[in-house]
Amino acid sequence: MDNAYLALDHLSVGYNKVPVIEDINLRIKKGEVIALIGPNGAGKSTILKTIVRDLEPVSGTVHLEGKPIKDYSYKELSRKMAVILTERIKVELMTCRDIVATGRYPYTGRLGILTKADEQKVYDALETVDAVALSERDFNAISDGQKQRILLARAICQEPEIILLDEPTSFLDVRHKLELLSILTRMARKKNITVITSLHEIDLAEKVADRIVTVKGRDVFGFGTPEEIFDEERIRKLYDIDNGFFDPMFGSIELQKPVGEEPRLFILAGNGSGIPVYRELQQKNIPFATGILFTNDVDYRLARLLAAEVIEEKPFGSISDESFERAKELILSCEKVIDAGCEYGESNGRMKELLEMAEKEGKLLNADAVSEMKAEER
Amino acid sequence: MKKNTEAAKTDFWGETARRRVRYTLVFVFLLAAFFVIIVLNINTGNVHISVGQILRIIFLREGTATEVNIIWKIRLPRIIMSAILGGALSLSGFLLQTFFENPIAGPFVLGISSGAKMVVALAMIFLMQRFQIVSSYVLIIAAFIGALISIGFVLLFSRRIRNMGTLLVSGIMIGYICTAITDFVITFAADSDIVNLHNWSKGSFSGMSWSNVQVAAIVVGVTFVVCFMLAKPIGAYQLGEAYAQSMGVNIKVFRVLLIIISSLFAATVTAFAGPISFVGIAVPFLVKHALNTSKPLIVIPATFLGGAVFCMICDLIARTVFSPTELTISTVTSVFGAPIVIFMMLSRRRGR
Repeated sequence: MDNAYLALDHLSVGYNKVPVIEDINLRIKKGEVIALIGPNGAGKSTILKTIVRDLEPVSGTVHLEGKPIKDYSYKELSRKMAVILTERIKVELMTCRDIVATGRYPYTGRLGILTKADEQKVYDALETVDAVALSERDFNAISDGQKQRILLARAICQEPEIILLDEPTSFLDVRHKLELLSILTRMARKKNITVITSLHEIDLAEKVADRIVTVKGRDVFGFGTPEEIFDEERIRKLYDIDNGFFDPMFGSIELQKPVGEEPRLFILAGNGSGIPVYRELQQKNIPFATGILFTNDVDYRLARLLAAEVIEEKPFGSISDESFERAKELILSCEKVIDAGCEYGESNGRMKELLEMAEKEGKLLNADAVSEMKAEER
Repeated sequence: MKKNTEAAKTDFWGETARRRVRYTLVFVFLLAAFFVIIVLNINTGNVHISVGQILRIIFLREGTATEVNIIWKIRLPRIIMSAILGGALSLSGFLLQTFFENPIAGPFVLGISSGAKMVVALAMIFLMQRFQIVSSYVLIIAAFIGALISIGFVLLFSRRIRNMGTLLVSGIMIGYICTAITDFVITFAADSDIVNLHNWSKGSFSGMSWSNVQVAAIVVGVTFVVCFMLAKPIGAYQLGEAYAQSMGVNIKVFRVLLIIISSLFAATVTAFAGPISFVGIAVPFLVKHALNTSKPLIVIPATFLGGAVFCMICDLIARTVFSPTELTISTVTSVFGAPIVIFMMLSRRRGR
């Protein structure tokens, strides 16, 4: 074996000997944060369950520190591996500290009595997730976000080398998602804990993970750094998206662009002024063209996904004659021209000429006019 | 902010002490109740015997022959038996509730008592005809087999449909089937057996002998020790199977152990006293809420003690309220137990 901390070799996972995913080969280093992404039912949970020995592998092996995982006793394994599962915990009369204290299980004696040192670790774990104030609350009475934090504290309390999480962010709002993931990554760095988590939010996966596993049947199975994994084509294939678009640079997902070949509106934009206008037109399903945008403009990132046509220029240059002419054509061919309200400086000074021209044609509207337009049927 | 965490810190450590106080209070209360009920139980009845007289009879063995006989041959074994079996029944309920993650599971509701009763009735009739007497151990084994048969069916159903309601309905149905078979057998049994069977199959602590007590004490005692030693994995199991396994519990072995222990408790009770309803649900509920925890290490002994007290009270009522006519023990436990269970379900709904 090489120096991988966790190694999956020709692993096939599935239920009742029927494989869902076959021949998985992964080498995961100690302290890495790994995200599993893929559509619902793709087999993310199945892989996680196999690693935590909840499921028998159909074939192949999982090695932890070079030793096959089935050769570990449950007790040995519990000192190395902690889990946070999707299934909701049904408990009664247990406070949050009781839940966290169950993490000490592998370390307590025959009867499971907590020592002072154990209690201290419970306290520290609660502090790590910033939940000391919750310690005496009934676990059933706290919010989903708080529950996930308590379960994370429980996992921390188990002092594992590796934590596996099955969609830990599913029921959380944005703030709690970020909070949970930042605690998790901070801990992975600080204590050199390996984290393997399945995630629904590909944008978060991109930002949080060192490496990403894409799970969907055998074909799209990929493993690599976010930069390697996140290209538009692969994500679209992974999730079978054909009515929406994904921007790998920001990890944002956009809805389908308005249908219709001929742009009805021409948007003079730049410097971020175009984004709200583009979004509104997308919702109203009105096809539009926009320009003249430098490719480093934030407007450009969205325009390329939503606009029927984008007149683009290289960064830091000035507007070429060619682009300028095309813009004039569009002003003439479109029904209306929208001034998104961009400021114009030295490099895009010619935009002013376009504005004047549109004015002269009697087509110029300001951005507010868009909100009064009627939506088109799809 | 600093002040806040300081306050939380003292609260965190203060809570540990506060809990200990609460646990101690509950145990002191249960123990006090236990001794009061024992005294009350011994001196009430058709023949009233004063407390001083009781102490003299028990510790010095002095007194009139009738009084000594009443206490030593009738009341004392009966009361000890109701304590042992009451504790066993309550613990059986607690374990089954943990196992099925269902607060209204219990040996009676799941048909386990009825299954045990059925096999005991069959064994009694079959063996009585041949050997005239049946040893207590044989009855316990018969009851244990019956309990396992019932629980086997319940498990079969619960595997297919993971739903609280269905589980209970299947348990109740199994209970009815077993009761029907028992009634059928009793109807066609020889007259001499019927008297015996009829009394027992309704549930009663009457007619206990010291040899019964001895056997019950051994079986329940050993099972209790095993159960107490399992307090730690039971605690882990409360979070669900997958979490328990991730904490190092060997789930397959543990599940089998849990089933065997809870069946043994229920079987011992049924073998000696017949089926007794509601104790297995009501007592664990009351005890857990008195302690305000479900931590098995505390709840297991407290439930045993609580069950003992509960059954002794019920037995006292059963034999004194309409004396000389005796009520069946289930009549009394139902009167007290059923309202508690209803209250419990209502309060859970409200909690949601």
